[in-house]
Amino acid sequence: MRWNRPVSGVGPGQSRLVIVTVIVVAVMIPVLLSVGAGDQKRISIYSGSANYTLNVQDRDGKEYVDLLEILQPLGATSIRSDRSSWRLRFGNAESEFIPEKARARIRGSDFDLPGKFKLENGRGLVPLASLSTLLPQFLGAPVAFRESSRRLFIGNVSVHFVAQVNRANPPSLVMEFSSPVNPMIATEPGKLRMVFTHEPLVPPGSQTLTFDSKIIPSANYAESNGAAEIAVNSSVPLLASFSNDGRTITIAPAPQRQLQTSIPAPEQQPASATAIAPPQAGAASSVTNASPPATYFAVVDASHGGEERGAALSDQLSEKDVTLAFARRLKQELEARGLSTQLVRDSDVSLTVEQRAILTNAAHSTVYICLHATSEGNGVRLYTAMLPAGAESRGPFLDWDTAQSASRATSQVVETSLATEFEKRQVAVRSLMAPLRPLNNVTTAAIAIEVASPASGIVDLNSPQYQQLISESIASGVLAVRDKLGAAR
Amino acid sequence: MIPRHLAIAVAVMFAVTIGMSVYIWRTRRMVPTEPAAYSHPVAPPVEAPTEEVTLYVAHDDIGALRAQTARIPLPSGRQERAEELLRALLRLYLGPSSSHPLPAVAEVHDVYLVDPGLAVIDLNSAFADGHRSGILVEELTIASLARTLSANVPGINRIKILVDGKGRDTLAGHADISGFYDVEAVDQLAAELQ
Repeated sequence: MRWNRPVSGVGPGQSRLVIVTVIVVAVMIPVLLSVGAGDQKRISIYSGSANYTLNVQDRDGKEYVDLLEILQPLGATSIRSDRSSWRLRFGNAESEFIPEKARARIRGSDFDLPGKFKLENGRGLVPLASLSTLLPQFLGAPVAFRESSRRLFIGNVSVHFVAQVNRANPPSLVMEFSSPVNPMIATEPGKLRMVFTHEPLVPPGSQTLTFDSKIIPSANYAESNGAAEIAVNSSVPLLASFSNDGRTITIAPAPQRQLQTSIPAPEQQPASATAIAPPQAGAASSVTNASPPATYFAVVDASHGGEERGAALSDQLSEKDVTLAFARRLKQELEARGLSTQLVRDSDVSLTVEQRAILTNAAHSTVYICLHATSEGNGVRLYTAMLPAGAESRGPFLDWDTAQSASRATSQVVETSLATEFEKRQVAVRSLMAPLRPLNNVTTAAIAIEVASPASGIVDLNSPQYQQLISESIASGVLAVRDKLGAAR
Repeated sequence: MIPRHLAIAVAVMFAVTIGMSVYIWRTRRMVPTEPAAYSHPVAPPVEAPTEEVTLYVAHDDIGALRAQTARIPLPSGRQERAEELLRALLRLYLGPSSSHPLPAVAEVHDVYLVDPGLAVIDLNSAFADGHRSGILVEELTIASLARTLSANVPGINRIKILVDGKGRDTLAGHADISGFYDVEAVDQLAAELQ
């Protein structure tokens, strides 16, 4: 029985311990990885010119963010990069960062960073904790950073609110906001949650608000992961409705009739035709509101996002990143011309085409602009919907696959106007139709724009100057037909 | 103290592992790295009278479709004709001076003609998975396949594209292939692309 003898002092008890440990580690690794994957860290940035959300990366046990992504929506930026340094210019502010060094030079002054600067695929990552030091140097404006909830306020931007329960029967909670808001709303037994990602909402005097009502006794304010949340507690199911251009949210017990309906926002607007999306598991639950949001003139959709990278434009350039940068710049240009604009995505998130169409149709906008980018050819291509063979529309309900059919004429008006503006600026332009979703599911004027690189090459596709030229052309083209589009609706 | 026989066994196993690694490394070096050209299944030659047909060929350099006449053997059956037409088109795209390169192992599995007027094109997954991504480049491929069919096989009203026998949302991230194409709309698109 020599083979059963313990060897080298390793007894059977210790062997079993090793085996059990290996099994536990093997089981725990996937569990830990899956937990981490579902909890993407985000930072929200609020400024006078743009509100947006970015992904946060973990490096060396610290939280990092892409500095260029933060500054791009706030003004003209350019970078020069080599192995030894990463130089960023924002407006007239020059800065230099050295990879793996915890020191930066901005406007000629040196600053210590709370962690090493990281250079990854041309992207400059800075520790999150350094933002309250770095950003004022670039922007020349005060910055307030709530690091625990990752919410960054640039300048004096804020949205305040007051809440009170009225004495009607049944009572309702009326919340007045200092600016229009468009939260994501979710309900669960005993609670209605409103999540504000794009609004610089600031907390009331107390985190818990109490009301003299048995039906709506209290509400709680909390902040986490780049968002503010107001949770309204109630003993009955609640329904939220918007008024006063999105400045007032009234939360009241849901009538029995409305509780029985399961179709989201579009059906709550019987005045206009509604395209009913095909049933999809989980579709739209995280991006659409339970109540109709404020109306925007334009909806701008940066195609792709998240795990769906789109075309690989170069070794380092993904279509999803280029379209997001274009979309943010286009929003600025449209709003500078007085055209209120909503972005379908303002961060690196994955959305289905159904979600994009539902969000667009629920926004009741006048024009939908979908942005794509390509490494093939030069200039810009404009696309209107090539409608597939679809079913018939019935009464106010439009067939989902051909919902665009009633708006094709106005889409072509936009296309012609944009082509004129591009030609004025000597950008090569071509107008076509394309079998491209969600154009055919959108119930308003809808156009897709595929931006190719300028003649100088693919690298300049992401340059601020080129993006500015394209965005200005689009915004001017939309502005030129604003009245026609308004009349068509 | 480790028993001697155990130490010998471990040493032998270590030597075998090293030996196997060297053998695999040498074997992999000897295997040709580009088997695709040889493993690509070749359709059997068709014995049929040669006919003149019009193929609608995509040209990436000008972003356009161009009608091009060709003489190919065409069987009498409609379904077989449809398959041969698309295979002739594919041979142009897979050639060395292709005007619209497709993945080297791209293939049209089958074309099914379903009355009344529906043509179902079944591509292999390599066709779609390896296709370049972009609105224009994808719609050129679709317009080329669909217009070539509708121009040469009378009676087709609608076209559906499958990949390995299954439905798919897009060809390569852009052009929608989840639904049915109206031939009228395809002809209009092809006209725009010319």
